Amino acid sequence: MNPMELAEADPGPAFTVTLDGRDLSALPGQTVAAALWSAGVRSWRTTRGEGRPRGVFCGIGVCFDCLVTVNDRPNQRACLVTVRPGDVIDTQDGTGHER
Amino acid sequence: MSAEQPHLAVIGAGPAGLAAALAAAGRGVHVTLVDSADAVGGQFYRQPTAALRARRPKALHHQWRTWRRIGEALDRHLAAGHITHLPEHHAWCVEKHPDRRRDQRPDRQPNPQPPRRFTVHALLGPEQETPVAVPADAVLLATGGYENVLPFPGWTLPGVVTAGGAQAMLKGALVVPGRAAVVAGTGPLLLPVATGLAAAGVSVAALVESADPKAFVRRAGRLARRPDKLVEGAGFAAELLRRRVRTLVRHTVVEAHGVDRLEAVTVAAIDAQGRVRPGTERRIPCDTLAVGHGMLPHTDLAESLGCRIDGVHVYVDDEQRTDVPGVWAAGETTGIGGAALSLAEGHIAGRSATARLRGREPDSHAWAAAAKSRGALREFFAALSAVYAPPAHWAERVTDDTVVCRCEEVTAGSVREAVGELGAGDLRTVKLLTRAGMGWCQGRMCGAAVAGITGCREGAARRLLARPVPLGVLARAGDAEDPEDTPAG
Ligand SMILES: Cc1cc2nc3c(=O)[nH]c(=O)nc-3n(C[C@H](O)[C@H](O)[C@H](O)COP(=O)(O)OP(=O)(O)OC[C@H]3O[C@@H](n4cnc5c(N)ncnc54)[C@H](O)[C@@H]3O)c2cc1C
Ligand code: FES
Repeated sequence: MNPMELAEADPGPAFTVTLDGRDLSALPGQTVAAALWSAGVRSWRTTRGEGRPRGVFCGIGVCFDCLVTVNDRPNQRACLVTVRPGDVIDTQDGTGHER
Repeated sequence: MSAEQPHLAVIGAGPAGLAAALAAAGRGVHVTLVDSADAVGGQFYRQPTAALRARRPKALHHQWRTWRRIGEALDRHLAAGHITHLPEHHAWCVEKHPDRRRDQRPDRQPNPQPPRRFTVHALLGPEQETPVAVPADAVLLATGGYENVLPFPGWTLPGVVTAGGAQAMLKGALVVPGRAAVVAGTGPLLLPVATGLAAAGVSVAALVESADPKAFVRRAGRLARRPDKLVEGAGFAAELLRRRVRTLVRHTVVEAHGVDRLEAVTVAAIDAQGRVRPGTERRIPCDTLAVGHGMLPHTDLAESLGCRIDGVHVYVDDEQRTDVPGVWAAGETTGIGGAALSLAEGHIAGRSATARLRGREPDSHAWAAAAKSRGALREFFAALSAVYAPPAHWAERVTDDTVVCRCEEVTAGSVREAVGELGAGDLRTVKLLTRAGMGWCQGRMCGAAVAGITGCREGAARRLLARPVPLGVLARAGDAEDPEDTPAG
């Protein structure tokens, strides 16, 4: 059983956001991280020094591993930010200011 | 709100903060509940986000009846205006004002509404840019804790998440990190995480616990004072059995494998000294590793107020008072001990603050039951944390090329070099020489690891600000009394 079924969730209709220009479907109330996890995406930035991939680590806003660019604003913590219809999410390289 | 009504700011709306808010609001104190999450509950009572409209949220919860009682009481106080809840408010500093009542010059008219003694500074929303200032006569710190994860080769691979983080994403967002998971590390939190993931459809290949739960038997006397807790543990164990989750005790994760994402982990048995038993290594394929080595208290707000820190947690007396007058603390910020202990501490703190805000000496008999529960639970968790200590010699298994500080990408090799060749003798010098702990998370993720690898004593890290703060907000922070900034004056 998946967690949505387990908790008998009945979210409103899904909407579309983009990740690097590709359409993804997201549910109202989800964080950016939850929407990406649901779409099977586990990493969405590369580190400044070694260019290593990262995604969620702590899940509660403490570790800053999940940084991502949302609507041209870099360094948003994906585990805290709620997705909105039409959000433009971009994977982030390094500090996110070098694009 | 009348000028005389005392005003308590509670930071953190987990079990501790909620119990305190209810105790104080029920006795005529106005409470402002400041919390960074979008809903109350903290870690233990984290709910699925409202928009997901979960009809059976309790499917992923324990002690649901207690939560219902708390929730209903809270709703009544919110409706009556006794409690103001400020969600998505990240408190970054609590300012203590000099006692301006006494400073008043005799030639001035007495101020009809003397300024409050404290201002809680918060930033609004996940982007944390809009400043808000909350005035208060007393402050209760109930900010809980965060997970401790000790490094091992491969721990920065996507797919490796903290055990609590997996739990938080599951409870709050109803999502799981992958299809096949290993849950590993040490501590009681691993049990609900493994059962939660399994219930949510993840195939849990193994629960890997480095401690030996048999050690409990040797402490049976102390543990027997909380039979309910033992029953709870047995319940989880039965659940794991029913779901056919293999449990490996006295085992540890040696390495996480993968190129750009996790593909497998190697686990191995450890001996009584905490060293890996050669030849016991086995590789388990998985796309998720949920790992944790216990919890650490959030202490930054207490530190910036100048509260005494005992080891790694905030010092409190029998009334849950810190050593700074007007500042109380409760829950895991004062020491890790679970939700029931947080509730007891919060209740005591709320009652003590209520009496003291009215200039009365509190009567501790009034909270005797909570104090009794607090005593038993503290003992229980002291025994528990002695048993569930990370295995000795873990640091020896951290290879030189393993990243220790995730933010600044500082390796164990650099940290060792700072101590061995550059002569660093304390954590601050290691930090200055290597940048370990200087990144976004301010050492929250690497502090314990650097301490373990260097052999330096771990103390509470001194962080000036509890959250990253935009410079413009800092520049304006002096104008705290700006009425436009105050939602609940
Ligand atoms: C990720 C995670 C998951 C956990 N899951 C479980 C579980 O499933 N089962 C279990 O038994 N135990 C769990 N625990 C342990 C749990 O922390 C305790 O049992 C219990 O919740 C502690 O209660 P508390 O009130 O002290 O703190 P918490 O419940 O942690 O509440 C603290 C609150 O303070 C808020 N806060 C912190 N800092 C600030 C700030 N600067 N400004 C504003 N708000 C702030 C947080 O948002 C949070 O809501 C978990 C711990 C973590 C870290
Ligand atoms: S996962 Fe740690 S801050 Fe988002």
